[in-house]
Amino acid sequence: MSGFEWADVDWNQAAWTIAVAAACSVSCALLGCYLVLRRMSLLGDAISHAILPGIAAAFWFGGTTASLPMFLGAVTAGILTAVFTEAVQRAGNVPEDAGMGVVYTSLFALGVVMIARLASGRVDLDPDCVLYGRIEQVVLDNFKLGGLAIPWALLPPLATLAATLLFVAVFWKELKLASFDPALATAMGLSAAVVHYLLMAMVAVVSVAAFNVAGSILVVAMLIVPAAAAHLLTDRLGVMLLLAVVLALIASIFGYFGAVWLNTVVAGMMAAVLGIEFALAACFAPRHGLVSRTWRRLSLSLRIVSEDIIAIVYRAEERQHELTSGVDRSTCLQAGGGGWIARFALLRLRRSGAIIESADGLVQLTDAGRIAAQSLVRSHRLWEAYLGEHFDLPLDHLHEPAERLEHYIGPKLQERLASELARPGVDPHGKEIPPG
Amino acid sequence: MIAYNTAVVLAGVSLLGASAGLVGSFAVLRRRALLGDALAHAAFPGICLAFLALERRSLPAMLAGAFISGIVGVGIIIGLRRATRTKEDAALGIVLSVFFGIGLALSRMIQNRSASGSRAGLDSYIFGSAATMRIADLWWIAGVAVLCVAVVLLLYKEFKLVAFDMGFARVQGWPAGKLDWLLMGLIAVTVVVGLPAAGALLIAAMLILPATAARFWTDRLGMMLVLSALLGASTAAVGALVSAKFDGLPTGPTIVLAGAATFLSSALFARRRGGVARWLAQHRFRRRLEAQGLLRRLYELTEAELPLRAAVPQSELAKRASIAPGAVRRAVRHGWVVLEPGGQLRLTEPGLRLASRIVRGYRLWQLFLVEYADQQGSFAELDVETVDDDLPAAVIERFEARLAAEGRLPGQVAAGSKGAS
Repeated sequence: MSGFEWADVDWNQAAWTIAVAAACSVSCALLGCYLVLRRMSLLGDAISHAILPGIAAAFWFGGTTASLPMFLGAVTAGILTAVFTEAVQRAGNVPEDAGMGVVYTSLFALGVVMIARLASGRVDLDPDCVLYGRIEQVVLDNFKLGGLAIPWALLPPLATLAATLLFVAVFWKELKLASFDPALATAMGLSAAVVHYLLMAMVAVVSVAAFNVAGSILVVAMLIVPAAAAHLLTDRLGVMLLLAVVLALIASIFGYFGAVWLNTVVAGMMAAVLGIEFALAACFAPRHGLVSRTWRRLSLSLRIVSEDIIAIVYRAEERQHELTSGVDRSTCLQAGGGGWIARFALLRLRRSGAIIESADGLVQLTDAGRIAAQSLVRSHRLWEAYLGEHFDLPLDHLHEPAERLEHYIGPKLQERLASELARPGVDPHGKEIPPG
Repeated sequence: MIAYNTAVVLAGVSLLGASAGLVGSFAVLRRRALLGDALAHAAFPGICLAFLALERRSLPAMLAGAFISGIVGVGIIIGLRRATRTKEDAALGIVLSVFFGIGLALSRMIQNRSASGSRAGLDSYIFGSAATMRIADLWWIAGVAVLCVAVVLLLYKEFKLVAFDMGFARVQGWPAGKLDWLLMGLIAVTVVVGLPAAGALLIAAMLILPATAARFWTDRLGMMLVLSALLGASTAAVGALVSAKFDGLPTGPTIVLAGAATFLSSALFARRRGGVARWLAQHRFRRRLEAQGLLRRLYELTEAELPLRAAVPQSELAKRASIAPGAVRRAVRHGWVVLEPGGQLRLTEPGLRLASRIVRGYRLWQLFLVEYADQQGSFAELDVETVDDDLPAAVIERFEARLAAEGRLPGQVAAGSKGAS
């Protein structure tokens, strides 16, 4: 494991292997974006499994891998998967996933058995390559072009990459529409079914090309993982496609060197790198990541709790006019819902100079704190006044909604509420609305 | 006399097939079929890690590793669905492929590292090899089978509710979430003990295929469970035997092919829901409609001359309506119509009775549809011969009075005449 030295790397092999892996994974990632958006990832998964008997049959007739009959056989198998899944689901009265499971596990098993029977004694197809592909061997068989030894195995992935790019460019608008609003697409005279089956056919083509170098399980990873990670990172389709391509490229490079480093298969390592990429995206994506979402939620509850605390001190001051002693610390914590968030909020309020805490645990507002609390109480009472004016609610039903909404009423809304209500002096409970 | 080894293998795969068929029924009904697939793939790296940690094959450790990593995979899928915008389908694909990819990398790493003699045999966990099953594996499988049967028997009612109506189970106060996890746990242990024999890639098919095949035969859960377990056991036994007989046939895929054959024959030949039965039912229905159409047309064309049964030239009939080829021939064979020389058609006595019934039903339905147009959706199968069963007697009486007043009520309504089948 530790025998990795940069000096030992065969750069010729590395470059060509990575080129093949990248060509495959980029085409997969592009189509995968549409699968993920249309929630058809499983159909992609199913097709990449189900092409196996098509590949095996074409191998039987054609005798080579990655030939035209193989593409045709696999595309047929892929489209049949989509058709059969629907038929099983309808006739058998079972959920969609079970219908899909029936079709692709059966076809995959058929493919494995065919390969196991057909390929005994032959080197270029065996059950192992169903799992790992043959990406390690791509450099062995090459042709010379202008002094470069170009591997034959690079050609099918390059051709499918070109076809995929062309497909996405030509059908950009149609794919986009069918992905986000199939009903509108149909209403506009664009057959969603045609787009659907075109996409399925392309997925099958790309899966065949990728299968030859990377095996069938990794095809699933290359189709779905970069696209799902990119989907977490952005809300724009163009950016999503671009990000998926970048993630696929990174996985090709790191997957190769990881495999060299750990002395294992490239296909498995690429899947592992893709998994790490996805995990990072799921955690740290700016808007949809777990960490950023948790952070946003935490800071929101911290703000609300802090505001609740200063508001309760303000109200106590108001009740006793000239407050000298302050409010009990435990009362403040209770107003903040108790727990560690309330304690942390109190600490932060003290640090920021909104409150002062005396030695015997009494909390008082500073001038700055009083201004902030005053604005919040103003929001609260303005909203109560507004509710009382415009909705036929009993008096004891006003406080609760105001308690919730007060945190979201900024100065602009305060101003509009005040002018709408002709600058009221008191709220429906008869309490004074503090000036803004 | 079966060899001892063969007996062990057969007993093992049959028990495995039975428990997979049993819990698989719930998995399919609960929409957990592909989650089982993801779980099986996700269990593979656990096996490799257990091997790496112990540096030797230890069945309990590997099964524990597989169970833990499978459950972690399922947990990630559920977590992703709940906490991020990644949808369940993508989450399934991600966990399935990434975990399995990591497993492949680990197993190849182990193989490349160890001396060529001890290939660690991790590959057999991918495609499965029942031939190497030992008595220890059998005990594990038997234990799990007993566990599955016991739990399903004990919690049959609860599982039934959870499988068909999760929301209702929750509202009724059952611990639906816990029951769901228990079901998931049963699926997980079944998958894990089945890994050595059936392999990670295709064990999920042993959950799905017998259950969906059984679904074609019955609409009752109890029956489906029994049938699915039986189908699971028998297909697994057949698959294992075939794989042992032919060299180089991996066990997992062979069992799945046997299951697929069972599924295909169920889908084609099941009693009511099978393809053949449905085609026949459709065919019979079409024939019936054709016969009804022919008799009604004949009646209408000769209504003026009744009670005399007038003859109608076939060409006249063809002008008024399209008559399906063969419909006349079949009506003649049934004895409803006689084909007279010169191509004239004449209703026979029983033919007239039947035709009156059909026309009466037809006219009653017409009136019904005009008057209660908003309710026609609730009468999906309008059949002119069952109108008396479908409509309230009072409505029929009212409609009949109306038809009689217009002189359009077919007079000879003979009860008990044979239907146009």
